[in-house]
Amino acid sequence: MSILIYLMPAALFLSLLGLAGFLWSLKSGQYDDMEGAAERILLEDED
Amino acid sequence: MSDAAIQSSAVHPVRADPGFFVREASNGGEVSLDLVVQAMHCAGCLRRVERNVGELPGIHSVRANLSTKRVVVRWDPTLLRASQIIDKIASIGFEAVPFDPKLIAMVDESEGRSLLRALGVAGFAAANVMLLSVAVWSGLVTDMEPETRALFYWMSALIALPAIAYAARPFYRSAYAALRKGQMNMDVPIALAVTLATGMSIVQTIVNARHVYFDASITLLFFLLIGRYLDVQARNRACSAAQNLLGLRAMAATLVEADGSHRSVPIESLEAGMMVAVAAGQRMPADGVIASGLSDVDTSLITGESLSDAVKVGTKVFAGTLNISAPLTLKVTARDENSLLSEIVRLMEAAEQGRSAYVRIADRAARIYAPSVHILALSTVVLWLIAGEGVVTAITNAIAVLIVTCPCALGLAVPVVQVVATGRLLRRGVLVKAADGLERLAEVDMVVFDKTGTLTLGRPQLADTASLEPADLAVGAALARASRHPLARALAEHVGTMPLPVLTDLHEEPGQGMEGRLGAEVIRLGNRFWVGAVEEAAHSGSELWLKRGGASPVCLRFTDVLRPDAVEVVKALKARGLAVELLSGDREPAVRAAAEELGLSVWHAAARPDAKIERMGILAEEGWKVLMVGDGLNDAPALRAAHVSMSPASAADVSQIAADFVFQGAKLSPLIEALDIARKSRRIVFENFALAIAYNLVAVPLAMAGFVTPLIAAVAMSSSSITVTLNSLRLNRVKEKAGRS
Repeated sequence: MSILIYLMPAALFLSLLGLAGFLWSLKSGQYDDMEGAAERILLEDED
Repeated sequence: MSDAAIQSSAVHPVRADPGFFVREASNGGEVSLDLVVQAMHCAGCLRRVERNVGELPGIHSVRANLSTKRVVVRWDPTLLRASQIIDKIASIGFEAVPFDPKLIAMVDESEGRSLLRALGVAGFAAANVMLLSVAVWSGLVTDMEPETRALFYWMSALIALPAIAYAARPFYRSAYAALRKGQMNMDVPIALAVTLATGMSIVQTIVNARHVYFDASITLLFFLLIGRYLDVQARNRACSAAQNLLGLRAMAATLVEADGSHRSVPIESLEAGMMVAVAAGQRMPADGVIASGLSDVDTSLITGESLSDAVKVGTKVFAGTLNISAPLTLKVTARDENSLLSEIVRLMEAAEQGRSAYVRIADRAARIYAPSVHILALSTVVLWLIAGEGVVTAITNAIAVLIVTCPCALGLAVPVVQVVATGRLLRRGVLVKAADGLERLAEVDMVVFDKTGTLTLGRPQLADTASLEPADLAVGAALARASRHPLARALAEHVGTMPLPVLTDLHEEPGQGMEGRLGAEVIRLGNRFWVGAVEEAAHSGSELWLKRGGASPVCLRFTDVLRPDAVEVVKALKARGLAVELLSGDREPAVRAAAEELGLSVWHAAARPDAKIERMGILAEEGWKVLMVGDGLNDAPALRAAHVSMSPASAADVSQIAADFVFQGAKLSPLIEALDIARKSRRIVFENFALAIAYNLVAVPLAMAGFVTPLIAAVAMSSSSITVTLNSLRLNRVKEKAGRS
């Protein structure tokens, strides 16, 4: 069971990473226009 | 959108110089402007707008938002003017309207965002605590060491406590606010259950007991936050759509400076004594007195009267009335206490106070639910104590009762339905402005219509065409084509693409009519004085007279036509068991004609705003729940006084603000749709409550008996929430009505 000492922090760290990612994407306004985001992926890249 | 074409052909709003709406960005050397581009519907439009604006010199950023149909542009003001951006968007075929920053401030995005943050935190914690809990649950049936279990519980506490402290704040705030006012809402039992479950779990962790409920409290918050977020989201969406409508209608006034030059300014900046130019086809930007010019004014939006009034120098006119035939100069007067608008505002305030406070279904449920849950928990303690068990067992079981009854399903029962219903109505062009509008609409048993602009299109059409000579019609239409007067337009529209004789020497005499020549014959089209006709008996609509050479004048009558589906809608309302009434400010013959055509036996004509409000009062006293549908300024107090109200998107601003629903389009059928969806929503909400109650009937006795372990609580809570959500989504599958446009 000593493996738990490594696994539990690892699981926690990974999900904290996910949470940080979510909060960052929220802060940078990525949820402001859900419809636009859904349509934009259909556009060809120009550059 | 045929109606949009109708309205834009009738009224030509003056836009204020976009420079008024430009905002200084926080970093110097940059300004920003919000534009509404209502026609932007797809990725292609979005890209074209962004790319074309981006090509202009000095643009720092362009971001189009497809959900709100708005574009935010940031640029360097030394290189570019705001009007150039709007011209550029116009050049690719979109109308961009500058959006007043004052309007933007009305929608609070921050509440939705903070709920989403709390939701993210709760979701993170719920997933991790569940991971540990599942290990414990499976360990309990095998052979987990108590020490390992303790480690898992301490880890759970470490994750759950900060997360709960953060994610439960919206519920604590709302519960505290309710308790301070001596009221009860759904958040009170939620806050209590979360607090007690967390508190007990800490104690259990310290003494290393078998069961802790960290997972229950955090998943509870997770589910409830979903419901709360959906609620706020739906409200914000309807609100921003309503703002776009107002923004699109925001008018400007053309100010005439002392030196005779013209400048367009926002209406708010007008002051008494200023001179304003009002072109034919524009609305009066303010109350005032005509300083120069001779014209007709259409007051239908203000008084419901369908005939236009002639105005000349010195005539008083009201803001919002439509200048029909010729350019006018208006001297703005101060809003005096006796003006129509002040009276309307007074009546609206009175109506607001008289309106009984509506208690939302969720709050009504909470009033029954919260005390009964607390009584159940209390009796659990008492029963276990009587049974001779220890205080710890008694309290543990009472808390289990609070946890399993915690209203996950109830918290989702209303918001999910609300979101689905408002989303569907929005797609059909109906804005739900009031949060409780759908609930109130579902209770309606009587519909009261205004006539002009509501049941009718508020636009004249040629009547008794059979009695007219085709040759007269052709000559009249040839003259009418050159004019912008609404009756002339209606005549020209009536003949369509028919080949017309070519007239020469056309000219228009403001406020009088048109004159032209067909060969040697002088032809006149205009009011009865213009053609020298004798007085004739009043009829229910407007009229034009046509005189050809020396022949006696011919009268062309116009009536305000009903909306294309008005008759069917009235029938459909009656078929649904609703009483229907007509309450109009127009004159009796016009109202009677409309009532007869619609098959309505109850109608009231020449009703002033106070009479309309009085009628609402009488109906309410008789026990009717009235849906008032109206568009005019004169309807605004009645819209506020009614149980629930609706106005078309072409309505006066004040009426649109007063109404609970706004529908777009030339058809009335969205009204039926809204009514059906409201009723269906109500049914589904009650089904959801029934599901939640059924679940509690099973879970509560188990909890009181002490059989509910954290595992059972988790399964029961999730399954009831999912059932309720799935049931709500059924609303999306209600059959769409045939004959949709």
